[in-house]
Amino acid sequence: MRFLLQKVAFYVVALWAALTLNFFLPRWMPGNPVDMMLSKLAQKGPVSPEARSAIELLLGTNSSAPIWEQYFDYLGKVFAGDFGVSVAYFPASVGDVIGRTLPWTIGLIGIATVISFVLGIVLGQLAGWKRGSWLDNFIPVTTMFQSVPYFWLALILLFFFGSMWRLFPLNGGYDVYTTSPGLDWDFIGSVLYYGALPALTIVISSVGGWMLGMRNMMVSTLSEDYILTAEAKGLKPRRIMTTYAARNAVLPSVAGFAISLGFVVAGSIVTEVVFSYPGIGSALLQAVSSNDYSLMQGIFLVITLSVLGANLLVDLLYTLIDPRTRARA
Amino acid sequence: MTTTTQDPALAAGAATAVSRRVTLPPMTPKLAAGLLLGGAITLFGLLGPLFVGNPSTVNNIGLSGPGNGFILGTTQTGQDVFAQLAYATRGSLTIGLIVGVLTLFLSAFFGIVGAYAGGWLDESFSLFSNVMLVIPGLPLIIIISSYVPDKSILLVALVLAITGWAGSARVLRGFTLSLRNRDYVAAARVSGEKPWRVLGVEILPNLIPLLASQAVFAVIFAILGEAGLSFLGLGASGSFTWGTMLYYAQNGLALRLGAWWWFVPPGLLIALFGAALSLINFSIDEIINPKLRNQTRATRKKWNLSKSQLKQVVKEDEL
Repeated sequence: MRFLLQKVAFYVVALWAALTLNFFLPRWMPGNPVDMMLSKLAQKGPVSPEARSAIELLLGTNSSAPIWEQYFDYLGKVFAGDFGVSVAYFPASVGDVIGRTLPWTIGLIGIATVISFVLGIVLGQLAGWKRGSWLDNFIPVTTMFQSVPYFWLALILLFFFGSMWRLFPLNGGYDVYTTSPGLDWDFIGSVLYYGALPALTIVISSVGGWMLGMRNMMVSTLSEDYILTAEAKGLKPRRIMTTYAARNAVLPSVAGFAISLGFVVAGSIVTEVVFSYPGIGSALLQAVSSNDYSLMQGIFLVITLSVLGANLLVDLLYTLIDPRTRARA
Repeated sequence: MTTTTQDPALAAGAATAVSRRVTLPPMTPKLAAGLLLGGAITLFGLLGPLFVGNPSTVNNIGLSGPGNGFILGTTQTGQDVFAQLAYATRGSLTIGLIVGVLTLFLSAFFGIVGAYAGGWLDESFSLFSNVMLVIPGLPLIIIISSYVPDKSILLVALVLAITGWAGSARVLRGFTLSLRNRDYVAAARVSGEKPWRVLGVEILPNLIPLLASQAVFAVIFAILGEAGLSFLGLGASGSFTWGTMLYYAQNGLALRLGAWWWFVPPGLLIALFGAALSLINFSIDEIINPKLRNQTRATRKKWNLSKSQLKQVVKEDEL
């Protein structure tokens, strides 16, 4: 119980840090978002002082209130789910935009990451079990895929499968001409079809890391005494591999899963941009290119929140599968 | 350690001599390939720009394939892709180097010093790096760089370092924690060595392989991060990096027009350089964890054992 509370307390601190960062960043930065937006507007014509105060109101930077008052105001607004109005998608609110794009991202990244994790664990387990086999020698190749930037791999896949062989669509999240969002098979099939290439990109570029980690842990675990004991008892090799070695070797990978989520999210933001996938990454870029600061902040918060939430979940799961962590606390 | 009876300078010399012998990885094919590949790309970045023309010169033969005096063809506006590639290599490597060094210092400070000092300092450093670790880096970088319209390479590197040091700090902390409780460190402390000396002479040499591997990771991370950032159009302004090349290629519809000579080389160089660094890291990893040392078939063949003996070895190995 104490361990649980410690964990939760840590994530509360992390959340507070993210919120605070989000609040102070625009205030620390040399450029003033209001000035930047005004200079953009000024290129198109004269800007009246009213426009300035309107933008200040919109971004919430007009108030002459002391900074701590703004800070608590901001925290209250965030907890009420009020992120302001989006400029890029005017008149939609930031909350609406995020609500519309988040499911796409979670679906794509979530499924792709889980596939990649499971695949990596299974392959790494086999490679560690048969050290020196072709699969083991293949691992450096997969780690090379890891140093390939996500978006470049996406570009290459898109070039071959989209432009040259026309097997997969070039962009989008579903076929906007023949289907409409809803819970019917046409739409779901279309989503799967359009999501296959982005998901493949994420799997190819992240599976190597899981494989390597699992393989190395497997090698270490196999030199433990209880493996020798299991051999001596005459257990079947398959049983030793799965229930004796792999079960223990997988623990660091599970712990690493949470940490790596942040990287996966980062990589897929750019991947989404390449595929014009209607997820949160594309929305973030849209926000950046139209200087939509309230949307940017909202998206950053939501991404941080999801990563923190997933981390907490994995941490709790980890205490369930590894009793040692509970004993140590 | 009986350093108290010895001349300190002599002891320090002995310590570095020992560490030097231990930290130099054996020259395996993996390491050789990594060094060769990485060295070649670095050399290209260092010397390449001296031999090519101005990468921004506009020409009237746009989007032509390799050949006709252009080794890698031209961009949409007729710029020499090969010249751009040379400058981009220099730019990306510069960012990688700066971030690698910065990350090394930040992670060593927060990881090693905190873990060695212990107490509230360790608690707060550890909390700080864990919080930094769970806050997703790239979105934060995107936000920060979108506030600053004109960025120098140095600023981009700084932002990448600030968002990327936490993972290394955590790894270093874990290793330092196990080191500081070893007997020889306790002995050094009891014999009256000053804290900075224990840290610098007793603990740090043992951390060198780990530091090296973390620095290599930081360089890969930085180059990938910068490429992603530039690809989104948020990189350093007015500079050539692999990321900006890809950005212009994407915006120039290189993909749709089939201009592979434009978008393949920069990405390939990122991948090759990353692979080279990973190969080097494999060798460093084998120093940190001897269990991972090469036991592949190729190595075993060199032992000149008979088939049955080899089978025996494989069996023992798999136990």
